[in-house]
Amino acid sequence: MQEETAAIDTFLRDEAQRARILRGFRIGDRTFRLLTETAAIAVLVILAGVIFSLIYGSMPTWRAFGLGFLTSESWNPVTEKFGALPAIYGTLLTSIIAMLIGVPISLGIAIFLTEICPEKLRRTIGIAIELLAGIPSIIYGIWGLFVFAPFFQAYVQPALIDIFANIPVLNQLFAGPPYGIGLLTAGLILAIMVLPFITSITREVFDTVPPVLKEAAYGIGCTRWEVMRRVVIPYTRVGIIGGVMLGLGRALGETMAVTFVIGNAHRIVPSIMAPGTTISASIANEFTEAVGELYTSSLVALGLILFFITFIVLAAARLMLMRIEKKAGV
Amino acid sequence: MRFMSYAAAACLAAAFTITTAQAADISGAGATFPYPVYGKWADAYKKETGIGLNYQSIGSGGGIKQIKAKTVTFGASDAPLSGKDLDDSGLAQFPMVMGGIVPVVNIEGVKPGDLTIDGPTLAKIFMGEITKWDDPAIKKLNEGASLPSSAIAVVHRSDGSGTTFNFTYYLSAVSDDWKSKVGTEKAVEWPVGIGAKGNEGVANNVANTKGSIGYVEYAYALQNKLTYTKMINKDGKTVAPTSDTFAAAASHADWSSQPGFGVILANQPGADSWPMTAATWILIYKQPKDPAAAAEALKFFAWAYKDGGKMAEELDYVPMPDNVVAEVEKMWSADIKDSAGKPVFAMN
Repeated sequence: MQEETAAIDTFLRDEAQRARILRGFRIGDRTFRLLTETAAIAVLVILAGVIFSLIYGSMPTWRAFGLGFLTSESWNPVTEKFGALPAIYGTLLTSIIAMLIGVPISLGIAIFLTEICPEKLRRTIGIAIELLAGIPSIIYGIWGLFVFAPFFQAYVQPALIDIFANIPVLNQLFAGPPYGIGLLTAGLILAIMVLPFITSITREVFDTVPPVLKEAAYGIGCTRWEVMRRVVIPYTRVGIIGGVMLGLGRALGETMAVTFVIGNAHRIVPSIMAPGTTISASIANEFTEAVGELYTSSLVALGLILFFITFIVLAAARLMLMRIEKKAGV
Repeated sequence: MRFMSYAAAACLAAAFTITTAQAADISGAGATFPYPVYGKWADAYKKETGIGLNYQSIGSGGGIKQIKAKTVTFGASDAPLSGKDLDDSGLAQFPMVMGGIVPVVNIEGVKPGDLTIDGPTLAKIFMGEITKWDDPAIKKLNEGASLPSSAIAVVHRSDGSGTTFNFTYYLSAVSDDWKSKVGTEKAVEWPVGIGAKGNEGVANNVANTKGSIGYVEYAYALQNKLTYTKMINKDGKTVAPTSDTFAAAASHADWSSQPGFGVILANQPGADSWPMTAATWILIYKQPKDPAAAAEALKFFAWAYKDGGKMAEELDYVPMPDNVVAEVEKMWSADIKDSAGKPVFAMN
């Protein structure tokens, strides 16, 4: 034992040896740095490449229609007049419906699981939610078309039409005839699809709240609602918004499930039960058979618009976070 | 479950692409409508000759793109290319097989063949001018039938398709209004209705939506047990969709009237003609880059004309009549030549 230690000492005392080893470390460090740097730069290169090809591919459309492409409602392959408004409208509307329904339910699940749920049930519900996240979107689409839409057409939509028949504005929003599929159905399917994303993230951030904060609140006589409202949610708002944005990102870009149940019609009508379309559904539907430069290019232009919408949503989320931070004075 | 088999076929096609380098498989791409029968022929042909067919059913538009890019030996399209387009690109075109497009409905108490509809009424329904099933125009064609006053839900294709091309061609032929306001194309600006992807998508939507009407290839209507309607043809006669009425429409067609046999079979004359009959075409270069591959492809097509008729009928397609086949084969030896001017494939 002692002999070995002595040997190592001599070894390390040897200056040249030490320098060589240090150099080895340095080279290793540099290589590692270079590798990770390349990986990070690759992301930027890919992103730039995507933006470039989207802009390049959509040039014929911008040349032909200019910014009118964004505001035109026409989508006519025969006369080659294209406009993106119905697709933009459908994309935003279905995502808004999905968020209006999905976010409260997700938060409810997360609150129940972290604060109220008995230990045993927590595991079961937790696993069920994770499974929901693992279902491929085409399965949601098939389920939506074969199971949900017929049920919706037979029972829910007639009821909605009847209930709102005499209320102004709402009777426009929920106007018939009931098709089963349409913007509302797509929004509902999307709501189910974003549930697991928002739930699992909010659940995790709720778990990060230091118990001492909650206990202190309970100690001064707060109810559960007050603890959630005044302590947990303010403490975790950044994480919650992050989760909501992730869900919104998925809702905006979701393709297959939406294509099945939205009705794929390039029209804007007041009723949210009418068939509509989204950007990604239009591209998925029409790209294979799009003949002619202008048709293909218009679909690429739609892709570019979706890219910008996603970008704006992310930027808005950042801005919102910054505002909140500032207001809270953190 | 149709698209499951499509998915499996797509995987197979992908696997085939990898092996084409060694085995001299015939490569083609295009229309989805004839894909089931091409697949069936390919299976039988492979068993007989050992030569496989790698057919990517990516749609007519894709098929035209691929053959123009010369990545495949032949392209397939449900909409014929114009004579000018054929001349410009140096492509030869010939019809391979035919089928019928049928209106399908979902009305309570109405069984297949119960309802009769004519072209102008169909156009009005798809334009949103007739919105209820008990509209006088529909009642007049179906005296004594009890039709509900429910709203009509129109279902159309959301993807570009040869089926839509043939359907809108027919509507344009029978309705000036349709012709000027909507027109004929593989995808159009639909005035009303729900869009669904593929024949199977339309079939499923019609099956699931009460009060709906759509249009599909005949085979899909049968497989999904949908309620197809009878139609009134150009001669004013009421006909039911069967292989016989499809064949009748084809027999009245004057195939030599159009360059590249590009006759659209919609609205053909004849007492027994089904008004929405459609053919599907093959595109191949007149001076192929690889004459040996082109010869293999033509050999396969010659075999399919000769021995594939029964298989086509089993899948509810209609084989090309003999006189047309003779014309096509004459065109092969006259037009499709290698660089030395020798026909790449001669019938023996």
